[in-house]
Amino acid sequence: MAALPDAEALCAALAAALAPRIGPTSAMIGIHTGGAWVAERLHAALGMREPLGFLDIAFYRDDYDRKGLARDPKRSKIPFDVAGKDLLLVDDVLYTGRTVRAAINELFDYGRPASISLVVLAERDGRQLPICAQHAGARIEVAAGMRLRLKRSEQGRLSLELERVA
Amino acid sequence: MLRNPQLNAKGELQHLLSVEGLPRELLVQILDTAESFAGVTERDIKKVPLLRGKSVFNLFFEGSTRTRTTFEIAAKRLSADVINLNVAVSSTSKGESLLDTVANLSAMQADIFVVRHGSSGAPYLIARHVKPHEHVINAGDGRHAHPTQGLLDLFTIRHYKKDFSRLTVAVVGDVLHSRVARSLIHGLTTLGAPEVRVIGPQTLIPAGAAALGVRVCHSMKEGLKDADVVVMLRLQNERMSGTLLPSAQEFNKHYGLTADKLALAKADAIVMHPGPMNRGVEIDSNVADGPHSVILPQVTFGIAVRMAVMSMVAGGG
Amino acid sequence: MKLLVKGGRVIDPASGRDAVGDVAMADGRIVEALSGKPDRMIDAKGLVVAPGLIDLAARLREPGYEYKATLESEMNAAVAGGVTSLACPPDTDPPLDEPGLVDMLRRRAKALARARVYPVGALTVRLEGRKLTEMAELAEAGCVAFSQADTAIENTEVLWRALQYAATFGFPVWLRAEDVWLAKGGVAHDGEVATRLGLAGIPAFAETVALATLLELVRATGARVHVCRLSSAAGVALLRRARHDGLPLTCDVAVHHVHLSDMDLGFFDPQCRLEPPLRHPRDRDALRAGLADGTIDCIVSDHTPVDEDRKHLPFAEAEPGATGLELLLPLALKWGVQANLTLAQTLARVTSAPARILGVDAGRIAPGAPADLVVFDPQAPFRVSAQTLKSQGKNTPFLGLELAGRVRATVVAGNVVYEA
Repeated sequence: MAALPDAEALCAALAAALAPRIGPTSAMIGIHTGGAWVAERLHAALGMREPLGFLDIAFYRDDYDRKGLARDPKRSKIPFDVAGKDLLLVDDVLYTGRTVRAAINELFDYGRPASISLVVLAERDGRQLPICAQHAGARIEVAAGMRLRLKRSEQGRLSLELERVA
Repeated sequence: MLRNPQLNAKGELQHLLSVEGLPRELLVQILDTAESFAGVTERDIKKVPLLRGKSVFNLFFEGSTRTRTTFEIAAKRLSADVINLNVAVSSTSKGESLLDTVANLSAMQADIFVVRHGSSGAPYLIARHVKPHEHVINAGDGRHAHPTQGLLDLFTIRHYKKDFSRLTVAVVGDVLHSRVARSLIHGLTTLGAPEVRVIGPQTLIPAGAAALGVRVCHSMKEGLKDADVVVMLRLQNERMSGTLLPSAQEFNKHYGLTADKLALAKADAIVMHPGPMNRGVEIDSNVADGPHSVILPQVTFGIAVRMAVMSMVAGGG
Repeated sequence: MKLLVKGGRVIDPASGRDAVGDVAMADGRIVEALSGKPDRMIDAKGLVVAPGLIDLAARLREPGYEYKATLESEMNAAVAGGVTSLACPPDTDPPLDEPGLVDMLRRRAKALARARVYPVGALTVRLEGRKLTEMAELAEAGCVAFSQADTAIENTEVLWRALQYAATFGFPVWLRAEDVWLAKGGVAHDGEVATRLGLAGIPAFAETVALATLLELVRATGARVHVCRLSSAAGVALLRRARHDGLPLTCDVAVHHVHLSDMDLGFFDPQCRLEPPLRHPRDRDALRAGLADGTIDCIVSDHTPVDEDRKHLPFAEAEPGATGLELLLPLALKWGVQANLTLAQTLARVTSAPARILGVDAGRIAPGAPADLVVFDPQAPFRVSAQTLKSQGKNTPFLGLELAGRVRATVVAGNVVYEA
C-alpha cells in the first residue's frame, strides 16, 4: 500500500491554492470534527476577514432513522451573516457526499450565500450524490472495507489514517 | 431488580418517564444535546429537518396550555407534525379507557406521545403498552415527575453555575404535591450537587423526604443561607387555605421569596420558578423581575431541552 | 359415600399429629375406620393430607359484581386452592345487610356443592356506618360475624354502639383498623416509596389510631373483635399488648402482606394496589413475627377478583385487591419454610386457627370432624399465570412467580370436589 500523504503538507498546499481566490466576500466554514481542524489551519493561513464558522450536521443527517441522533452533537456556530457570502465549506474527507449535502442544507437555514465551494483535504471514490470538491488536497485510493480518517494528536498535529470499518 | 422501562437494551433513551433512574452520563448527554439545540433556537430559521415525517401526539389528560405549547414549539422546530389532543374533554368523558385512547391514536401512526396525566405513573402504563417504535415523553404525571421541567431546570443551573459539584440548591414551598421538585431533586443528586435543601412547613413536606437525599428545613433563614440556587415552587390556589396552610398571606410571610430573604443566599444566587407564578404568594414581584431571576431564560431553555429529548428518543431503528 | 385417603402424610395441626396413615370418611364425616369397602379411594402416597383450608376473607363478588367474578368461578378457585370453608365479607352490591340476601347467597353456594360458604353480615346498613343492621336476624339467616369490610365507621359513637349491641348477643365483630380521615385519598404506604412515586400516602398511624380507639371500645364493651388485615409493625405491637392484657381479640393478616412490601410497587405495578397498602419491609417483618408468635392468629387470602379493565389503570385509579384463593396454600407454605416452622405449625394458620375464629367444627382431622380435606404435594412447583388460575380474577402481584405446593385433591363433606 502506498504511504498516505502528510496532512499538514496537504493543508499548506491547499492554503496556497486558495489564497488567490480569497476576496472581500469570502468566508470559511468547517464541518465538525475533522473539517473544523482543517478549516482552522486554512483560516489562519489565509488571514480571512470574517471569523471562522463551524457546522455540526447532526440535526441534518439522513441516517437519523437508522442510527439515531449522534451522541455528542456540537453546537453549530456561524459568527457572521452568510447572506451574499462566497463560502468555502471545508471538510476532511469527501466520500459519499452525504455529509456535504447535510451541511449545504443547514447552511441555507442561516441565509442565502452567493456561492458555496467545497474544500476537502482528501477525496476518495464512493460518491452517492452528485457532489464534487472544487479544491481537493489529494486523491487517495481506499480499498473496500477501509475508511480514511483524519486524526489529531495531542500536540495538535494532523495526520491521515486508514482503518478497517467495524 | 426491574429493568428501567425508560431505557432500551442498549441503555439508550427509549421513553422519558422520570429523571430518577437516568444514569449520570445520559443526563449529561441530554443537557449537551440541548446545548446544541439552543444554538438552533438562536438562528433566524429555528427549524431543523430531524423529525420530518414523524408525528408527535400531545396527549393532555390534564389541561396545561403552557407546557403543551412548549412541546408543540419544540416538535415543530424539529419539523415533526404535531397533533394536539385535549383528551380531558374528548375520550375519557365518554368512558373510554386510557389504554383504548392510546391504542386508537397509535393506529393513526404516532411516533411520540407527549403525555400529561393527573395520576402518578400513568405514562408508565402507556409506555408498557405502546409499540416498539412509539415513544412516550412524560409531560407531568400527578405528583410523580415532570422530567422535561427537571431537565430544563438542570440546564438552567448548569448554564449559570457551570458545575454542580459545589452547589447548594434550595427548593422552596409545596414539595408534597410537586412533581417539579421530585424531578429536579433526582437530577441534582445524580449530577452530584452536594447540598439540596427543601424548605416548607411540615404540612407541605412529604413523608420520608430525607430519603430523596435532601436536607429538610422548616425555615427560610436556615434553608436559604448561602444558597447558590433558589427554586420556588408554585402553590396551587386550592392549597392556600385549609388543612395544609391557614392563608396565602401567612405562607408569604414565612416562605414567600422576598428581597430580604433572598439576601440570605449567596450574592450571585439565581432564582428559578417553573411557572405560572403567584406573585405576592410564593414570590414577590421585585424578586421575580429582579436581577437574580432567570425565570424567563428557563422558558427559552425549555424548548431546546424538549427538542433534545424528542430527537433522542425518536431516532434509530 | 365412603371415602378412603390412603397412605398420605396426615397432618392435623389441631392435635399436632404428623404421621403416615389413612383417613377414612363416611357420611360426610371423618371416621375411625370404615365398615366394608370404600366407594372411592385416593392414593395419597408421597402427599400431605391436611384439613381443608379455612379462609376468613374471600370475596365471591355475588351479588352485584358478576362481571368481575361469579360464585361458580370463585368456588372452583377455592377448591382448586384446597380451601374448603370460606367467609365472605359483606361488601357485595347490595351489601349483605338483609337476611334475604344472606339466605340467597348461602343457597346458591350450597347448590354448587363445593366449599362451605360463611357469609359475614354487614354491621351497619349499606355499610354506611350510620344505622345498625338487624344482626340477630342476619345471624339467624346464617351470618357468622359482622363486619364493615373495607369501609370504616367514621362516627366513633356508632362504632361503640355497634360493639355494644353485638356484644349483647355475643356476635363476633370483624373489623379493619383504619382511620377514615387519615386514609382518605391515600393509595400507598406513606413513606419513601410513596414520596418517590408521588403517590398519596396512608400513614401507618392511620392503622394504630383506629386500633387504639377500637381497643378502648373493646375494653368498654367486652365485644369479641377480630382485627382484619393488620398491616403495620406498630399495629402488631399495639395488638400484642392488648392481647397480653387479656382483651378478647383475634387477628388476621393477608397473605400478600406476609410476603410483600411497598418496595414491590416497582414502577407503579397496579397489582400491588391493595387495601390496606403494602407497607415498609420493616412492617412486613413485624407481621411475620406477629404471625409466628401468635399475636396474629391466621393468614387470609383477602381474595378480591378484579376485572382487567379496572386494573389496567394508573396505580391510584386501579381497583384495589388481588386474587388469592389459589395462592393461599403455596404462599403460606413459603412463609412456613422461611420461618423455619413445621408443616403442622404452618398449616395451623390456615386451618385450625381460622376454624376457631369462625367458630366452626372444622380445621381438624379427627373422628367426628367434617370430612373436609386437602391432599397436596408441598414440593411440586408451579408458575402463577392467568392460564392456570381458575379464579375469574387474574390480578395478583405474584403473576409469573414460581411457587411450591400443588393441590392434588380437595374433599368437602366427604365428596371429592377437586382433583388434579
